[in-house]
Amino acid sequence: MKYRILKKTVLIPGQTSLLVIDAPHVAKKAKPGNFVILRTSEKGERIPLTIADCDPEAGTITIVFLVVGKTTAEMNTFEEGQSLHDVCGPLGRPTHIEKQGTVICVGGGTGVAAMHHIAKGHAAIGNHVVAIVGARNKDLLLFCNELGSFCPEVLIATDDGSMGHHGFVTDVLKERLEQDKDVSEVVAVGPVPMMEAVSKVTKPFGVKTTVSLNAIMVDGIGMCGACRCTVGGETKFACVDGPEFDGHKVDFGELRLRLGQFRDQEKQSMELFQHKCHCAEGK
Amino acid sequence: MTEKAAKTIRRPRTEMPVQPPLVRIQNYLEVALGYSEEDALTEASRCLQCKKPSCRQGCPVEIDIKGFIGQLQKGDVPGAYKVLREYNSLPSVCGRVCPQENQCEGMCVMGKNPEKTGGPVAIGRLERFVADTFAKRLAGGDAACQQITGEAACRMTRDDLTVACVGAGPSSLTVAGYLASLGIKVTVFEALHEVGGVLIYGIPEFRLPKDIVRREVDAMRELGVEFRTNWVGGKSFTVKELMEEQGFKAVFLGVGAGLPQFMHIPGENDIGVFSANEYLTRANLGRAYDFPNHDTPTFKAEEVCVVGGGNVAMDAARTALRLGAKKVSIVYRRTKAEMPARAEELEHAIEEGVKLELLSAPIALNADEGRRLVGMTAQQMKLGEPDASGRRRPEPIEGATREIPCQLVIIAVGTRPNPILLEATQGLALTKRGYIEANPETGETSIHNVFAGGDIVTGAATVISAMGAGRRAAKEIAKRLLGTEL
Ligand SMILES: Cc1cc2nc3c(=O)[nH]c(=O)nc-3n(C[C@H](O)[C@H](O)[C@H](O)COP(=O)(O)OP(=O)(O)OC[C@H]3O[C@@H](n4cnc5c(N)ncnc54)[C@H](O)[C@@H]3O)c2cc1C
Ligand SMILES: Cc1cc2nc3c(=O)[nH]c(=O)nc-3n(C[C@H](O)[C@H](O)[C@H](O)COP(=O)(O)OP(=O)(O)OC[C@H]3O[C@@H](n4cnc5c(N)ncnc54)[C@H](O)[C@@H]3O)c2cc1C
Ligand code: SF4
Ligand code: SF4
Ligand code: FES
Repeated sequence: MKYRILKKTVLIPGQTSLLVIDAPHVAKKAKPGNFVILRTSEKGERIPLTIADCDPEAGTITIVFLVVGKTTAEMNTFEEGQSLHDVCGPLGRPTHIEKQGTVICVGGGTGVAAMHHIAKGHAAIGNHVVAIVGARNKDLLLFCNELGSFCPEVLIATDDGSMGHHGFVTDVLKERLEQDKDVSEVVAVGPVPMMEAVSKVTKPFGVKTTVSLNAIMVDGIGMCGACRCTVGGETKFACVDGPEFDGHKVDFGELRLRLGQFRDQEKQSMELFQHKCHCAEGK
Repeated sequence: MTEKAAKTIRRPRTEMPVQPPLVRIQNYLEVALGYSEEDALTEASRCLQCKKPSCRQGCPVEIDIKGFIGQLQKGDVPGAYKVLREYNSLPSVCGRVCPQENQCEGMCVMGKNPEKTGGPVAIGRLERFVADTFAKRLAGGDAACQQITGEAACRMTRDDLTVACVGAGPSSLTVAGYLASLGIKVTVFEALHEVGGVLIYGIPEFRLPKDIVRREVDAMRELGVEFRTNWVGGKSFTVKELMEEQGFKAVFLGVGAGLPQFMHIPGENDIGVFSANEYLTRANLGRAYDFPNHDTPTFKAEEVCVVGGGNVAMDAARTALRLGAKKVSIVYRRTKAEMPARAEELEHAIEEGVKLELLSAPIALNADEGRRLVGMTAQQMKLGEPDASGRRRPEPIEGATREIPCQLVIIAVGTRPNPILLEATQGLALTKRGYIEANPETGETSIHNVFAGGDIVTGAATVISAMGAGRRAAKEIAKRLLGTEL
């Protein structure tokens, strides 16, 4: 089985790319909130990535990834026509989507891609979707146009003020919640500190808050417990019980620590990979 | 020879050559090296060819043990293989991993009076010898068919008769091999990226080389079995779709019981605490023992505690040693006598330097400010009255606890059924404990023409019992599909 890359778009050079992958059996079933587990090569590690979009007719799924280590760096060297070794999915519980009124979807960094699929689902069922998108500066903003095509409102925040609000997405979110009492749900996908901050902001408003946890995973089907997180004092497996949970109940501190479990080996892997790349380029 | 003669023969069981303990913990290669032809013939000659062979009742699939050893006594390896293959589709695997002391060898007459007889015939080692030797001699042509059936030619595959297996562990592989040899087209759907179930992701290379599993799988491929990896039952497809949309005439569910249990004690989510499934999957499926050549990392520590007393605990402990741990202890709440692990595994673990902390039950895992594990608090236990399983129940000794320093804890206290497929399959009747209810004779579930077997029906058991269940289901499926053609 080959999982060919049909299209590659570099969103931020050297950092973030979008791949459209031929995986008909996944595309047929994928729903917003689902993810896949993939491997780049026969010796590769299994890593989870959110399905940012899918086209069941064409049999394709879209993933968007940030280069953080060996596997994502290697994947970023792949070009159209090349294939991923394995793509398994769709995994995880899909987002709970029902008609409920106004939903605010907050996305930070690469998380915007995953948030995009969820926002699309909410829009499709008739919810009023407000997208709040943040990045360090305007060149790193992702998916604003796509979101604009189905969200009546797209609000932007940049750390350096180069576009939209000068500051964090949480500032924009807070202001909105103060003005608009009819928000029924806030969805946040992004780096752990951002999801934690969003949950803190929404808490006093008593608004239902859904976050998507990016715990370390191995099998993605509930057989190993690598992805366990504490939610409301109970242990949950992010891959099968989630990845989406009530942000007000998540132990974010634990998640952050657990994400660092293999740091030394990850560093070693990345250095080795960069070294090999440089040698290949004759540097 | 007669049973009586058993009392007069004194030649001891033929030892199996092994890698020396200090050498083998430095590598990941197979520990037990297997019999030479001479060893095998010597050991085979110890079998009395009993009139009423009791050994056979000890084997869950009732292999004609006397028959295959009889062939071996004559030096006829292909003949011996053919006998084995009639009952067991993975003899090279079972010869290595069956708990023989509780099964076939436990019932051998030669075991009754070991001081005089030298102990039971080493049936498992002979089974391994026959299967390995036969495979080595096979080449080209009809090799695949011969390997799977012992026959020179198999039936042509018929594309109108299709069966799906979900999960690719020993139960499904048995179904696939059996039906393929009858010309039925089988497709196996596996969630992971590699085929073999626990044989691949759980049991380590040093106990069961993956090449052996691959050889069997390759033979099935040649017979026309199709393997689809990365397909998750209940997520990528449903059983209903297999039957109604894809036209499979029957479906076999062999998804195992892979959900790891934790102990629900404080500190279980701290850094350095792993389920045995995660630890072993990283090492075996991910080849983390070969990091950074393979990408999957694993957690390393000097002092390791493994909780549990079964094969899984032994495998985890011995893997930890090979990954560089200085001190590995098995923490078990009963005594050595109650440990469910295979005798040979326990013996090998002790030889390799694994320590046993018996009559000890962890009650807390302790970590530093960064939530990195530093040790375990264990409750001292004593044995009380026997419980329902007939084993003496461990009871805490009031006030007796102790600290065991460790930076890695691996929890191997059992597994439960994984609900993903079960919840997505409407109308599938489950037992109170969440396993699939299946007819013990045919393996059929509450859904017509949907069968199940292996750990997902019995709870965590053995490779051979999973294969036995696969075989029973396959026979029934063949009967229904081929009817009078059989
Ligand atoms: C459900 C889910 C959805 C995700 N979706 C996306 C996405 O759409 N786009 C995106 O860029 N990233 C996503 N991630 C994160 C992504 O999986 C990691 O960035 C990736 O595994 C890093 O692999 P690496 O080899 O490049 O880096 P490594 O050097 O191996 O690791 C870098 C960091 O990534 C995390 N990580 C490492 N291995 C894993 C693993 N097996 N599983 C999860 N995290 C790991 C750790 O925190 C680690 O410190 C998602 C994670 C989860 C759990
Ligand atoms: C570490 C370890 C050591 C062991 N040692 C021994 C031993 O020495 N001797 C012995 O006899 N027994 C041993 N056992 C037990 C033995 O391995 C099992 O009883 C046997 O493998 C069960 O076979 P099975 O076919 O039921 O399922 P499994 O081998 O569990 O295989 C099930 C397969 O189904 C797949 N799957 C699960 N869910 C899905 C889904 N929804 N869709 C698709 N695929 C799915 C899994 O990924 C897996 O590959 C050991 C077990 C472990 C874990
Ligand atoms: S399959 Fe297992 S129990 Fe049966 S004879 Fe072989 S080793 Fe013994
Ligand atoms: S293996 Fe043991 S019980 Fe079986 S026939 Fe030989 S001597 Fe008799
Ligand atoms: S990733 Fe293994 S249980 Fe979730």
